[in-house]
Amino acid sequence: MWKWLHPYANPEVTYHFTGKLIPWFKYLSLALLSVGLVWALAFAPADYQQGDSFRIFYIHVPAASLSMGIYFGMAIAAFSSLVWQLKLADASAAAMAPVGAVFTAIALFTGAAWGKPMWGTWWVWDARLTSELILLFLYLGVIALHNAFEDKNLAGKAAGILTLVGVINLPIIKYSVEWWNTLHQGSTVSKLGKPSMSLDMLWPFLFTFFGFAFLVAVIVCIRFRTEILARNSMRPWVKSLVLAESK
Amino acid sequence: MPEQNPLSYRAAFNLIIKRDLKIAFRHSDDIVNPLLFFIIVVTLFPLGIGPESTTLARIAPGIIWVAALLSTLLSLDRLFKSDHGDGSLEQMLLSPHPVFILVLAKIIAHWLVTGLPLIFIAPLLAVLLHLNENSYGALMLTLALGTPILSLLGAIGVALTVGIKKGGVLLSLLVLPLYIPVLIFATSAIDTAAMNLPYSGQLAIIAALFFGSLTLAPFAVSAALKVSTN
Repeated sequence: MWKWLHPYANPEVTYHFTGKLIPWFKYLSLALLSVGLVWALAFAPADYQQGDSFRIFYIHVPAASLSMGIYFGMAIAAFSSLVWQLKLADASAAAMAPVGAVFTAIALFTGAAWGKPMWGTWWVWDARLTSELILLFLYLGVIALHNAFEDKNLAGKAAGILTLVGVINLPIIKYSVEWWNTLHQGSTVSKLGKPSMSLDMLWPFLFTFFGFAFLVAVIVCIRFRTEILARNSMRPWVKSLVLAESK
Repeated sequence: MPEQNPLSYRAAFNLIIKRDLKIAFRHSDDIVNPLLFFIIVVTLFPLGIGPESTTLARIAPGIIWVAALLSTLLSLDRLFKSDHGDGSLEQMLLSPHPVFILVLAKIIAHWLVTGLPLIFIAPLLAVLLHLNENSYGALMLTLALGTPILSLLGAIGVALTVGIKKGGVLLSLLVLPLYIPVLIFATSAIDTAAMNLPYSGQLAIIAALFFGSLTLAPFAVSAALKVSTN
């Protein structure tokens, strides 16, 4: 059943495969983001209560969901690396960590910019914001651990253990608006089938969300390929690749 | 014919605790210095903020808990470092006993020499900070349930960084985010107690964190030690 996956354990095959994926993701992301952002920022109806300032929603929410999604992806990679000893999984986790950290930072910054006109303050120490901040610290810890080891295999395993310990934070972020009474508003999008926002507002959101998701895919693929090259720099296939490139 | 294992699990567990306690008492600086640090950090706050008793009473839970986190962080280093240096850690990992038991014993020994003294000294510092009288019980209970969590979670960080030469700052970067939930619920319990309200909810969450980390952290620590000793 899993046999079709086996060739991708070979770094060379995966390197070329992700190379073919990148253009697809790139143009999808470009198309979705340009349509979605123009629609969201110019044509979507303004919120009856928050006016135009709600439009930051179209960047804030995708960034926040993706910051958690990337962490989850990193945790899956870390788990498969620890259980099945897949070296490429470590490389992919290393490729994802800085992207996730940046998206967490974007979520926090846009949240602050949204909070200032709505709540009258840049920052409150409520459960959602604090747990998202902890997520940023976890990302930074994982990145620091990746950098601390000379041996990249050891670094991947150590960072993987930390990633798996930090997974406990994800459900806390997700449900913090339901478990605690917080200033942060509840979820409007993810109620499947019954989103509590109007469709005029929801459609541009879907465009921007998937646009950012494919953008993450592009950046992670590029970083992943670099990671593969760096880790296999002594292999003959990398050398022949470099030779072919320099001719 | 496989050789009979001469030590039962319980005996190995007790042996490690005894050994670690003996080593700790031979190097009594390692016990006293984090405690002194705890006391000094707490005394800095009234000097920095001003001696008004109402302000101090308001922030006392936070000060005591943050100081406890930091002094635990300072003492974490000796959990595995010297054993890693002289090779006895590798021998423990190679021994026929489950690493879980050995790691748990080391963490418990660490808590006995660093966490337990904090609990005894904390009420004294609470007096200095004019902590509300209703809060003493909550302070003791949260420290009793919370400091073991600090040792358990901290052990994961130490196990990950023990092979790195300059692991000190990295350790704090890894461990402090994991300590935040304990800090939040502990200080919230103490604050609630100061208002004479029931704080059993926060206490239950800290207890859940304690038992969760007690059962899961040793697994993460043993996996991390295997990576670090390679």
